[in-house]
Amino acid sequence: MTVGGIVEIAPLFYLENTIEDVEGVRPYSPLELAGRNIYIREGCYVCHSQMIRPMRDEVERYGHYSLAAESKYDHPFQWGSKRTGPDLARVGGRYSDEWHVDHMSDPQSVVPESVMPKYSFLMNRPISPDSSNSNHIAQVMATNAFVGVPYTEEQLAAETVAMDFMSQANPDGDDSDVDALLERYPGAQARNFDGQPETTEMDALIAYLQVLGTMVDFETFEPVASR
Amino acid sequence: MSKDDKSKVNTTGHEWDGIQEFNNPLPRWWVWIFYVTIIWGIGYTIAYPAWPLVSKATPGLLGFSTRANVAADIEKFKGMNSALEVELASADLTTVEQGSDLYNYASNYGAATFATYCSQCHGSGGAGAVGYPNLRDNDWLWGGSIDEIAYTVRHGIRNTEDEDNAHYAEMPAFGEDYLAEEEIDNVVAYVRSLSGLENEVGDVTAGATVFADNCAACHMEDGTGDIAQGAPNLTDAIWLYGSDTETVKHSVETGPFGVMPAWGKNTSFIAGADETAVNAKINAVALFVHQWGGGE
Repeated sequence: MTVGGIVEIAPLFYLENTIEDVEGVRPYSPLELAGRNIYIREGCYVCHSQMIRPMRDEVERYGHYSLAAESKYDHPFQWGSKRTGPDLARVGGRYSDEWHVDHMSDPQSVVPESVMPKYSFLMNRPISPDSSNSNHIAQVMATNAFVGVPYTEEQLAAETVAMDFMSQANPDGDDSDVDALLERYPGAQARNFDGQPETTEMDALIAYLQVLGTMVDFETFEPVASR
Repeated sequence: MSKDDKSKVNTTGHEWDGIQEFNNPLPRWWVWIFYVTIIWGIGYTIAYPAWPLVSKATPGLLGFSTRANVAADIEKFKGMNSALEVELASADLTTVEQGSDLYNYASNYGAATFATYCSQCHGSGGAGAVGYPNLRDNDWLWGGSIDEIAYTVRHGIRNTEDEDNAHYAEMPAFGEDYLAEEEIDNVVAYVRSLSGLENEVGDVTAGATVFADNCAACHMEDGTGDIAQGAPNLTDAIWLYGSDTETVKHSVETGPFGVMPAWGKNTSFIAGADETAVNAKINAVALFVHQWGGGE
């Protein structure tokens, strides 16, 4: 590495201007993280960015501009400037679960002018903490922890992962413990997202979409102008 | 070496395999621009945030901040519209005169608001989709006067954000325990017959009895619905979920539960939202939807 590179890059890791701690940002829950992986697998980022830029038109359309802290647990981040579809950084809570199901199954049924492909097959792909290979989601979480996401050991334990996953997707299930889930992941929304009895990839993806941009409470957030 | 002027130019002194390199000076204009950019660069780092120090970078003499800029930009445009916005926020919508400045402002502002927040469900032209009401027709589930539209926008329908004020009514899932399959088939036939549709299954006369016993409380005895309860008119040709037997049967069996957000609460979506801004936005979109002509 050259001196120029060190001088330009190294300070970004310690300057207060560039690392802003924001209250409310937490690591993704197992179900949300599974949804995030589906988001990446399906290439949603090819058309949708998750970065509201600090400009009036963007703020008026999408809401408060994105903060760096809001994607600090994203590996990889989903920023970008290519928007065939709208920015999704604050899509959480904006639409109902039913709308997401309708829209993902057949986007043109609700937005006739949309060019988005159909993702109805997600409804038919069951997902569970240990479906495809041995507790895949626990492994994904361990990998995230390895690159710096502060999951606790408790959160990473395979049984906890499985339980949190099912509690969020099926809060009324026999083994579900939503209170424990909320303690580990404050503000997580637990419900049957796709309206089907079975837990599918659609549940995971909607759980992920519904949490996007909702972790920070902008009624109490005070932007520091120097940042 | 050639015989021309090049021989007068110094070389760099390197020689390799008989090849030498001239040491021509760079063009003067280029050299000066180069020096100017260095000076400019130093000035730039003094004027703008640049040099990393212990905990912060130097803020720069001009005090540039992206966040302050966007906040100022939003304020600027808010200021330009503030007189109309304040007027709109507290306006009695029923008396806003067509063609007045306030009306023009509200309908343009409403159009932009509709495109941003409403079009995803109700369609960019307001024609709706299956499960999402058409806003251009004369059929209103919760009332089509301008104030009723504003109320619905503000508090939403069957949501959890504004539970106390949101419109709420729940159609029972008659398929679960209430009605036998045959009764459902009959009532579906009856409901379809109300708007003149032919039926292949079900007995309309028997269905009329089932309807009177189970459905008339909300949809009224004649099936014309009740806006106070959000019960749709079943006698017209307007169907939110579809008019085919299968769809109507599904609705009777499961009880549709369409939701709409409470936009008066969802203020995190609105830039620099204060009460006036939220009220103005809601009034603007209510006026915009109402002026499509479907409003009462």
